[in-house]
Amino acid sequence: MTPSVLAGLVGAALVGLGLYGLIIHPHPLRKLLAFNLIGSGVFLVFGIIARRGAAAGFAFDPVPQALVITGIVVAFAASAVAVALILRLAAVAGSVTLDPEAWTRPKGEDAR
Amino acid sequence: MAESGTTPDGYLLVLAILLPLAGILLSFLIGGRYAERVTLCSTPFGFALACAIAFHVGQAGKPIVYAIGGLPPPLGIALRADGISAVMLIAAAVIVTAAAFYARAKFATPDGVRESRGALTFWIMLQAIWTALTIIFVGGDLFNLYVALELLTFAAVPLVCIDGRPETLAAALRYLLFALFGSISYLLGVVLFYGAYATLDIPLLAQRVQATPVVWTAAALMTAGLLAKTALFPLHLWLPPAHANAPAAASAVLSGLVVKGSFFLVLRLWFYVLPSLPTENVAAVLGSLGSAAIIMGSIMALRQARLKLLIAYSTVAQIGYLFLVFPLAAGTHTWSTIGWSAGLMQVLAHAFAKAAMFFSAGVLAEALGHDQIAKLGGAAHVLPLTFLTIALGGLSLMGLPPSGGFSAKWLMLQASIASGQWFWTLPVLGGGLLAAGYVYRILAPALSDGQVTLELPPKRSQEVIAFALTMVALALGFAPQTFFDFLEIGRPMAAGLP
Amino acid sequence: MSLLPYFDVGLALLIVGVAVWIIAARDLFASVVSYVAYGLLLAFVWIRLYAPDVALTEAAVGGGVTGVLLITAGKRLGALKSIAPEAQPGLGFKLRIGVLAALVAAALGAVMIMLPDPPPSLAPQAAAAAAGAGAGLGNPITAVLISYRSFDTMLEKIVLILAVLAVWSVGSDKAWGNTPAPFRQSKPYAPMVFLAQMLAPIGALIGLHIFWVGADAPGGAFQGGALLAAMWMVAMMARLVEPPRVDARWLRLALIAGPAVFLIVGLAGEFVAGAFFAYPPGIAKPIILIIEAFMLLSITASLPMLVAGPPIERSEK
Repeated sequence: MTPSVLAGLVGAALVGLGLYGLIIHPHPLRKLLAFNLIGSGVFLVFGIIARRGAAAGFAFDPVPQALVITGIVVAFAASAVAVALILRLAAVAGSVTLDPEAWTRPKGEDAR
Repeated sequence: MAESGTTPDGYLLVLAILLPLAGILLSFLIGGRYAERVTLCSTPFGFALACAIAFHVGQAGKPIVYAIGGLPPPLGIALRADGISAVMLIAAAVIVTAAAFYARAKFATPDGVRESRGALTFWIMLQAIWTALTIIFVGGDLFNLYVALELLTFAAVPLVCIDGRPETLAAALRYLLFALFGSISYLLGVVLFYGAYATLDIPLLAQRVQATPVVWTAAALMTAGLLAKTALFPLHLWLPPAHANAPAAASAVLSGLVVKGSFFLVLRLWFYVLPSLPTENVAAVLGSLGSAAIIMGSIMALRQARLKLLIAYSTVAQIGYLFLVFPLAAGTHTWSTIGWSAGLMQVLAHAFAKAAMFFSAGVLAEALGHDQIAKLGGAAHVLPLTFLTIALGGLSLMGLPPSGGFSAKWLMLQASIASGQWFWTLPVLGGGLLAAGYVYRILAPALSDGQVTLELPPKRSQEVIAFALTMVALALGFAPQTFFDFLEIGRPMAAGLP
Repeated sequence: MSLLPYFDVGLALLIVGVAVWIIAARDLFASVVSYVAYGLLLAFVWIRLYAPDVALTEAAVGGGVTGVLLITAGKRLGALKSIAPEAQPGLGFKLRIGVLAALVAAALGAVMIMLPDPPPSLAPQAAAAAAGAGAGLGNPITAVLISYRSFDTMLEKIVLILAVLAVWSVGSDKAWGNTPAPFRQSKPYAPMVFLAQMLAPIGALIGLHIFWVGADAPGGAFQGGALLAAMWMVAMMARLVEPPRVDARWLRLALIAGPAVFLIVGLAGEFVAGAFFAYPPGIAKPIILIIEAFMLLSITASLPMLVAGPPIERSEK
């Protein structure tokens, strides 16, 4: 089993695990961790495609690797925004539940 | 440089992107009250660029192209504007401009303060949404479009929670998580396309793509991700709280434009990358989900106590109509062009009508101090222009003539009968009836003889802006045939036919 | 050499195992710490995939900076005692989602085995363009990032700025213009301060080196910038320096310098080199290095600001 085939299967497993965690965990920080897991699985799939694209004297296809680098930075930025929202929500409301029922406003209040 | 595919007027595409992008950087650097001024000053130029692009596309009769850096795909990235790109660019420019002028009252930097959180955030995020949408409408590379989708998400989410209330923070967080799931699913699809064909350029992929399991999986992943971002049933749960609790100017842009961005990419995927594949089953699934959204969204809208939530559920329903374009415009039949025109007309009519309705809801909420429908008795007598706007916007949502909404639904009915898929008439007509129901729910108490006191006088400029947008939605109903022909520019037909 | 397959399989099993632990651990903090370990293990996988640039980025950004972000988040959440416990979903729901996830993973694995052979690739085009549009850069990934697909990279820097503003915007109105919360509340231990004083300059030098060699060898602005950002964060953790005010002009300038220079050079390209974002042939490599230098500045400024969080009111300090 070459490293790229193995990495591809690992990538598929990570995507599945991450998807499971994203859906079942109620805590948003754990959902974020699961999302990062999916992200790293997707990047691994890019990686095996880059490795398979070895040609013309290169050991890899540089385009997918460059896309992964861009993706890692964007995923980090997403995590930072999510963390900021989670922390602020926790500080202001004392709870981080995402259940819409919990946030339904009591009757009589209004919104602008 | 003809060999790179760049057309002589392609530079307009780059300028259209770089204008709001430069605005973001300038606003961030000098900050303070200049962010508002930069945004307002750039709006006429952005609108002019959008019109210029439309003019050139119309004149050439085919898409205008720009290979960035002079390097053509597959190694480089190309921008491409066709008929629907140009039309969406103009719509985005108009609605962003309207939102910018509408929001001046609420998001001006207070006197005596050099810079305020709310103002800086709003003006920069608005320009960022505009930049991201421009790239989405003219982008020709799937990964470039992924980065634009992320930009759109990062710009839209903070607008939802800009006033800091806990329920808006929760809604923003839920929106962010759905959007991130959407982006990563989209990216996984993009990876698989690259792995199969080593290109991410839309026309190149269209030439190379074949009906293999890899392609179907990639398409399914990308579509699932984009459906989450477009809030199509059953992935719509994040939208009502997010759009209803955002400030009115933000809600207008979110419902009117942001969800159309991801929908636009679904169109690009199925009609521009994959038209040569047998897509009947997928089209049927998307149409069915759309029908479910129409019925379910409209029923939920009927049950809402708050005006802004009703309007947000109406968005969920109207998004359902958009997905009827897949069964109605597939292939190269004579009725396909009718279906295509119907879908795009629905996009435009809903964008303008919904933006106008959210603007009106904002005026109303400021003036009355609340947006409870039950307490709207007699409000139309004190806010005549606002309720006229709501009524006319409702006309378009219901699909009554003369309006863009009527035009869209009429074309949908025509296409479904001409194609023998008469069953799609049921959700179209049913949705129209239900929409009449929820519009009636708003207007009936307002027009009655109740007495309601104004907490604040309505801002005339905001009312006028809302009214102007709703007139655009109505004017779309008079679109000539050349408009529909324009929408066809650049659309590839299925394999085997020119 | 014959040990390598065993190493690969062992690494794969370990990574999947840590991933399962991230999802299955009951304690939030255990999950977060496992994620940091996971990020570092992934770097090994990237090395086995012949992707040293990505390995550097994954270790620095995916493992390192994301790790600091998540650990800080976990600690701050843990400190807020009033967080209500979440209701866990039922076993039936978990089973159904588990089946769904397994199906998705299986479909993905199957599809990857079905990818075409011989695999299509853009490596030949990249090799052909290396002397021309690639400006003679020895590192083809840098050529892709800063030349062939420069538009993606510039957009990504805009995304970073948007993220910084998004993080800042969740603070309260009264706090605007202040500094973010310090990285630690109490006085740091003396060994921490000593470590920071020793490590930060060395790490910064290594970061600059990684940036500089990135033109022709693995490395570049992202990797070097992540390392420089980490050193700034170490200094802030040891309270040798404090986080800056969010309205500080120098900070704003540093944050936009990268994309702004990219934008200006890109616009100029239309007049000097015939197309937007094209580089004039003779001086392409120095121009690319200049762009990368300003990108380095922006990355170094933005990553710590994303971890530091929104500005806080004086009373919260």
